Order: sequence, then C-alpha cells, then structure tokens
Amino acid sequence: MAAAGAAATDLEVARGRRAALFFAAVAIVLGLPLWWKTTETYRASLPYSQISGLNALQLRLMVPVTVVFTRESVPLDDQEKLPFTVVHEREIPLKYKMKIKCRFQKAYRRALDHEEEALSSGSVQEAEAMLDEPQEQAEGSLTVYVISEHSSLLPQDMMSYIGPKRTAVVRGIMHREAFNIIGRRIVQVAQAMSLTEDVLAAALADHLPEDKWSAEKRRPLKSSLGYEITFSLLNPDPKSHDVHWDIEGAVRRYVQPFLNALSAAGNFSVDSQILYYAMLGVNPRFDSASSSYYLDMHSLPHVINPVESRLGSSAASLYPVLNFLLYVPELAHSPLYIQDKDGAPVATNAFHSPRWGGIMVYNVDSKTYNASVLPVRVEVDMVRVMEVFLAQLRLLFGIAQPQVPPKCLLSGPKSEGLMTWELDRLLWARSVENLATATTTLTSLAQLLGKISNIVIKDDVASEVYKAVAAVQKSAEELASGHLASAFVASQEAVTSSELAFFDPSLLHLLYFPDDQKFAIYIPLFLPMAVPILLSLVKIFLETRKSWRKPEKTD
Amino acid sequence: MAVTDSLSRAATVLAAVLLLSFGSVAASHIEDQAEQFFRSGHTNNWAVLSLVLSPRLECSGAISTPCNLHLPGLSDSHASASQVAGTTGARHHTWVCTSRFWFNYRHVANTLSVYRSVKRLGIPDSHIVLMLADDMACNPRNPKPATVFSHKNMELNVYGDDVEVDYRSYEVTVENFLRVLTGRIPPSTPRSKRLLSDDRSNILIYMTGHGGNGFLKFQDSEEITNIELADAFEQMWQKRRYNELLFIIDTCQGASMYERFYSPNIMALASSQVGEDSLSHQPDPAIGVHLMDRYTFYVLEFLEEINPASQTNMNDLFQVCPKSLCVSTPGHRTDLFQRDPKNVLITDFFGSVRKVEITTETIKLQQDSEIMESSYKEDQMDEKLMEPLKYAEQLPVAQIIHQKPKLKDWHPPGGFILGLWALIIMVFFKTYGIKHMKFIF
Repeated sequence: MAAAGAAATDLEVARGRRAALFFAAVAIVLGLPLWWKTTETYRASLPYSQISGLNALQLRLMVPVTVVFTRESVPLDDQEKLPFTVVHEREIPLKYKMKIKCRFQKAYRRALDHEEEALSSGSVQEAEAMLDEPQEQAEGSLTVYVISEHSSLLPQDMMSYIGPKRTAVVRGIMHREAFNIIGRRIVQVAQAMSLTEDVLAAALADHLPEDKWSAEKRRPLKSSLGYEITFSLLNPDPKSHDVHWDIEGAVRRYVQPFLNALSAAGNFSVDSQILYYAMLGVNPRFDSASSSYYLDMHSLPHVINPVESRLGSSAASLYPVLNFLLYVPELAHSPLYIQDKDGAPVATNAFHSPRWGGIMVYNVDSKTYNASVLPVRVEVDMVRVMEVFLAQLRLLFGIAQPQVPPKCLLSGPKSEGLMTWELDRLLWARSVENLATATTTLTSLAQLLGKISNIVIKDDVASEVYKAVAAVQKSAEELASGHLASAFVASQEAVTSSELAFFDPSLLHLLYFPDDQKFAIYIPLFLPMAVPILLSLVKIFLETRKSWRKPEKTD
Repeated sequence: MAVTDSLSRAATVLAAVLLLSFGSVAASHIEDQAEQFFRSGHTNNWAVLSLVLSPRLECSGAISTPCNLHLPGLSDSHASASQVAGTTGARHHTWVCTSRFWFNYRHVANTLSVYRSVKRLGIPDSHIVLMLADDMACNPRNPKPATVFSHKNMELNVYGDDVEVDYRSYEVTVENFLRVLTGRIPPSTPRSKRLLSDDRSNILIYMTGHGGNGFLKFQDSEEITNIELADAFEQMWQKRRYNELLFIIDTCQGASMYERFYSPNIMALASSQVGEDSLSHQPDPAIGVHLMDRYTFYVLEFLEEINPASQTNMNDLFQVCPKSLCVSTPGHRTDLFQRDPKNVLITDFFGSVRKVEITTETIKLQQDSEIMESSYKEDQMDEKLMEPLKYAEQLPVAQIIHQKPKLKDWHPPGGFILGLWALIIMVFFKTYGIKHMKFIF
C-alpha cells in the first residue's frame, strides 16, 4: 500500500516536474519573444547608407558653352581643326563637405552663314537682334561668338561683350596659341555669366562656417517654393495728403514682367494695401541747413518693427513674405530724407532689410501745397517708385552685380530688369542651395532617428525620405549633364520631400518612459508569474543534481 | 526550511536579474556628445513663454498656460560696418504659462509682465508665441475683471490692449508645446501659432508653473520631463531652427529642467536649485492671491532698465535676484554656449534691431504715359459700375436660422455602467449561487 502510494506520489512528482518544465519553456520560448516584439516601436526602414552617401556627394556643375568662330577670328590652320570639344574643369574651393566642381564644356564650331552676316553688322545690338531668330537656348547653356581681332562690332578697347540673353562676344586673335588664349577668355566670360565662387558661397552661406559677416552673403532670401510680395502705401496724415497710387497698373507693367522672367525660380503672388495713420515709430530730426527732416542711419533699424505689426504679413501665406513700403511723410515732417553714414541724403531715399523687404520715402512736391486747400491730392509717380522697388527686389533675391572680366562691355538690362543669364545664375545658386539643404535635412533626420530610439517612424515618412534621396541623386545627375531646368525642379522636389519627412507631425510621438514608471508597470505583471516558475526550475535543478550525486556516492 | 531558504535566495536572484535588465535599458538613454558647430551672429529672436503651475501656493512653479510665442525682430550685435546698420538676426520668443486655476494667478502675471516688457523693447507679436493655460483676466473670481496686475496695490495692469495669446486654455499641452518647438505642426495651423525661426534666429523660451525634480506640470494633468525637453531642443538644433537659445524657467527646482540639455548654443537660467522651492513675491489683499513670483519680479525690474540700445550683458542677468532677496538660489548654465556670457548682450535675446542697408541703385524703367492715362479713365468708369453688396445678401441668413439640429450618434453604454452592472451581478451570484440563474433566463 505504502509502496503503491509512494509510486503514485513519484508519478505525481514526475508529472509535476514535467508540467513546471513545460510552463517555463512556454514562458521563455514563446512569451518572452512575443512580449519583446509587441512592445517594439514601429520603425519603418530608412536608407541610412544612402543618406550618409549623400554627404560625400560630388557635385559637378556643367555649363555647356557653344563657341562659334567667324572666318577671320583665328588662323587658318586652327580653323581646320574645328569642330571639336574642350572641357575645362575646376574645383571650387569652399570649406564645405560636398565637393563642387565646375565644368565648362566648350563645343567649338564654325559660324554658319547667317551668323557671319549678323556678326558683320555695325553694332552689337543689331547683331544680337539678327541672331535672335533661332530658338531660345536651354537654361544654363551659353553661346559665345568669336569675332576677328579688328572687327568693329565692339568698341576698340573692349575685348568682350556680355549680352542680355545667353550670348556673349569675344575677340579672336591671330596667334599660334590662339585656341588657348581664346579659351581662357571664353572661360572668364562664361564664369561671369554663370558660376563663380562667390555665387556658390552666397548660396551655401548658411552651411559654411563663417569667420566674419559679409553683407552680400547674408542678404538673399532662402530658397523656397513660392514668395509673397506685398506693396503697402503708408499714409500717416490723410488730413493733409490724399494719396493715390496706380499700383495695379504699375504691377501689371513693371513688376509682373520681372516676376514672369523669374518664374522659373518659384511661384510669386503679389498683393497691395493702403494703411492710414501708420507712423514710422522714429521721430525724424530737423536739419535747419536744408530746412528738411532727416532720418539718420542709426535710427533706421528701429523703424521696421513698430510698422510690421500693422502690415498683416502674418495672415498672408506660409511662403516667405517680402514687404515693400512706400511712406508719404506727414505734412509736419515734410520733406523727409534718409541720410547715409556721411550725412548726405540718399539719392533713392530708400533702404532695405535682408529677408524682409524695403521702405521708400516719397516726398510730396512742395509746389502742390501752394494754392489748394488741405487735403491735397497726391498722384504717386509709380515709375520712380518701381525703379527703386525692383532694384531692392533684385538685391533681396541675391541677383548681384557679376564679376565682369576686365575690358568687358556689359549690356544694359532688358526691359524686364532681369538678364536671362542672371536668372541662370540664380537657378545654379538655388539648385546648389536646395541640394545642400536637402542633404542636411536628411542627414539630421537620420541622426535624430538613430539617436532617439523611441521615435515611431511611419511608412509615409519613410516614403518621403526615399523620394527625397532619389530626387537629390537625380538632381546631381542632371547638374552633371548640364540640364539646369530639370536639375532645379528635382532639387526643389528634394527639399520639399525632405522637409515633409522631417516635419511630419507623427514624429513627435517620443515614447519616453522614466525608469521608475517602467518598473512600476512591469513588476506587477511579471513578478507573480516569474517567481513560481523560476523557483520550481531551481528546485528541479537541485533535485536532479542530488539524484546524479547519489549514485556516485553509493558507488 | 530549505525550501524557504531557496525561496528567499531565488527571490533575490530574480530581483537582481530584473534590476539588471532594466538598468541596461536605462543606460541606453544616456545622451551622446553633441556636435559643436559654431555660428557667428544670429538673425532673429523668438520668445517662447510658458507658465507651468504647481499646486503649492508658495511654490512658484506654474501650470503651463499657453503663452504667445513672440518672435522678436531681426537683430545682431550692434552695427559697425560701413553700410550696414543694426543686426541681422531675428528674435523669437516663446512664453509658456502652464498653470491653471485662480490661485495660480501669479504665473499668468509673470508671463504677461515679461511679455509686456519684451514688446516694449520692440519685438513684434508675429515673433512671439504666448501660451497661457488659464484666463485670469476674465476669471469669475477676479475682483477687477479684464485686468491682471503685477504689482501690489494694483499699480501695473499687464493685460493691456495688445496682448495676443496664441495658445490659450486647454490648447496648452505638452504635445502642442513640443510641436511648436520642433515645428512638427499640422499644416492647417495659422502663422501666429508657429515658431517660424530659422538658423539665424535667437530664441528665448520662458516657462513658469509648478515643477519638481526633473519635470514641469502642465494643466494639472500631465508633465514634461527634462529629457523630453532636451530631446526637443536637440531636434531643433538638428534642423537648425535656432542660432542661440536662452531658456529661463521660474518654478520650484527649476535647475533640474536644464540639467539634461546636450545641444550646443543653449544658455539656461532657473529660479531655484534642485531641492529648493521658488517663492512668490507678495500677496495682494484686494485680489486675494499672490501677484508675482520673486525671481520674475526681479528679472522684470532688471528688464525695465533695458532699452533697445543698451549694452548690458548676460552676466548682469545672472546676478539678478540673489539669495537674500529670492530665498531660493537662482542658477544658470552656460557650458553649452559658445560665446562668453559677458559678451552676450541682453538685447541679443530681448531686444530687436534689424539689419538695414541703404538702397543705392535703381534700375531703368520705361515710362508708358499713354497707357497710364487710359487706365486712369478705366478706373473711374469701373468705380461707377461697382455697387457694394448689401450686408444681408452676403450670408445665407435664412438658411442658417432654419437649420435642423443634427441627430447625435448612439453610443453603447460606457465602461463605468457596464462595470457597475457586472459587479452587481457578481455579488448576486456569489450570495445566492448559480442555481438562481434560471430565474433570469
């Protein structure tokens, strides 16, 4: 009976041991991995290796130049060698992690008949008009015509000429080393019309470590998909001045053509407003010598802020806003001039602030006060005003004067106020800037997601990142093959996608739990379950060890 | 006995194992070294003001009330170059008051008084994000409605005409605050609720409310930890959303909030050290609450002496409110900041001076005089033709008035009711046994 009972308990003990072992097995083999997997944060995969590869991207900016030689420009035996292609490549020395190489691909060829005819006309303007017939050149490309050394197309002392569209004229030379010498001149001219070091430095100004401030480099607007331009008329004294301005006509005639010329660089929208009783916030001083009022340079920075709150620029749009203000000073403070640092009145009577806009002071002609009763009707001369505003707009966009090579004649600007190759320069600068920004954003995002391991990465964030990386690579390829327009579009896509990915609202869900909260959550769940299992495992292990040792002892 | 022995040993082993595993997970949260990247100059200032309220009356921590983010205008160090006047950075401010309830009046007053002095120094509302968690001026317990006073005897009403609160009441949450800082805002958010800073902006963030060791309480229901704040700043740094950042916090144990920062170019000031309480300044018998906190009160006195052209530097700000006046020990942290604090002007963060250049060139435009005259005539004719719309025609008033109310969707009973019924049924069956089930079905 006792033996049967002992056998029965042995069986029970064995069964109990097996049950405990199975429990432990299920808990450890099934439960632990399941718990780990289900409490993981969802992180979609990102192309980290490609993103780090972007930092080492080598940008090759290619400018395709077509060089056309007329009959008398180079010696005959050199003319026999045409047509052929010469490549001039140069690395831009900037302290930036991306290497940038500038490549001028010059395709030399002989002039066609109509081109010869055009280039033998009396003045450069006529020649250009005749050469204008063929189709518009692609963005970024240039054509350089080489005329003979003694041609009268250019004034005698001028060696080269840069035209308003993407053409230039260079004097040839009858020399053994003709091609080399002319090649150098052509590169100089081409650089002035497309890419120089300062253009790229200005584009990358935000990404380069700066040792000192440079006004030129810090002025331009950041590259953006669109811009909002607001023209405001400030009339602080409506009792004395009844100001009328034909802003719609002026925008249609002067501003819209300029913006149409710039349309490749972004979407522009223009609006205008009139503000009454808007003061400048700075009291002008009276200058008895000229019996006028003046604002000196040191008080100008304080002018903008009090006025800005009334401009309503925050309601306009999410694009960067450029404000152009026309201020008609009140009767008590007329005429009002702006003085520069030497105390002389500024010719334009205007000043601008980088990334914000410009202000011009419009003085009412004193003759209008003579006979009439207040308020006098003031018709604003929009031409004078728009000349200043468009010049400020150019400066704010970073369209600066180019580095013209010596003895070079620069043509006057077109009627729109923008030369075509200036637009090209802007597009080059913007493409490089966009690529730099997109690369920085993607790298920062990758670093951030790597550093803070708790962030949830959703699928649409991952897809935007992939799109951005692909767009950066495409843009770099297009730049290397000289297609500026498509490169710029791809670079804009890259910036948009990378910004969308970085600023996605879902990336905020940092699942951060302090350590004591983690303990508080897991101990009540796991401790009651784990303690019996572990204890029984320990007991089983000790008993098995005892049973191994017993046979040894008896032996 | 052996069993109990083994039991206790196993328990200790288990505890040790568990502790080790959690400890290793915690170690992964230790931050890495931040990359140092120097940027000279700043372009604009922003201010983030937030108030966080703490429950104890004496504690100056305040629950966050949404404060308007003020972005000060662009300013750099003072102009010295020939053509350039002023500085280029813009200042952006974020003011957050995180406290709710009438007795946390002083936190709202803190935020609004500093907001007022910052606006006096020239920073426009478009550059300020102000977050106030509760409305003290229109609180039913306010004996002087539409006012918020910051001095005893009601000397100064800081709730003036042009207070623009961007995040108010229940919009002040940790999530919204972090969204504002990191820029991860839904696309429909208006411009005034965004922190539109860029890599040249100097940002000032002021928070007040109730805080503890390593956290700040928002709205009496949630908290922001110092690690989350440090991570948010790191995200701002990675996207270059600031050039330099000044963080001021006026709560109990405020110094714990800046302990974990690891991003460069951050300077932090706190009203009290870990383990200390920040105290309030004075109660007002007419209003019945404490009006301001000590640290902010003395900071305000300091700011009243600053004008846009002043040359006071940060070292003077560090001396504000010594222990004799404040009872708590204000602290500051400058190790992450690149520049020496004595070279940093107060106006670099609090003031706003824009960079300005004289326009010296113009472009030539052709005059089209005939077109001008004809367009003038056209305008006159257009004016006669246009008639203003009558007010009543602009809105479909009849349609709006006679709208039928929408039917509410039916929802199943909530968890509480279900739970209550489950409890009742369980008790019933326990007392009477399962055989009574047949009386129900």
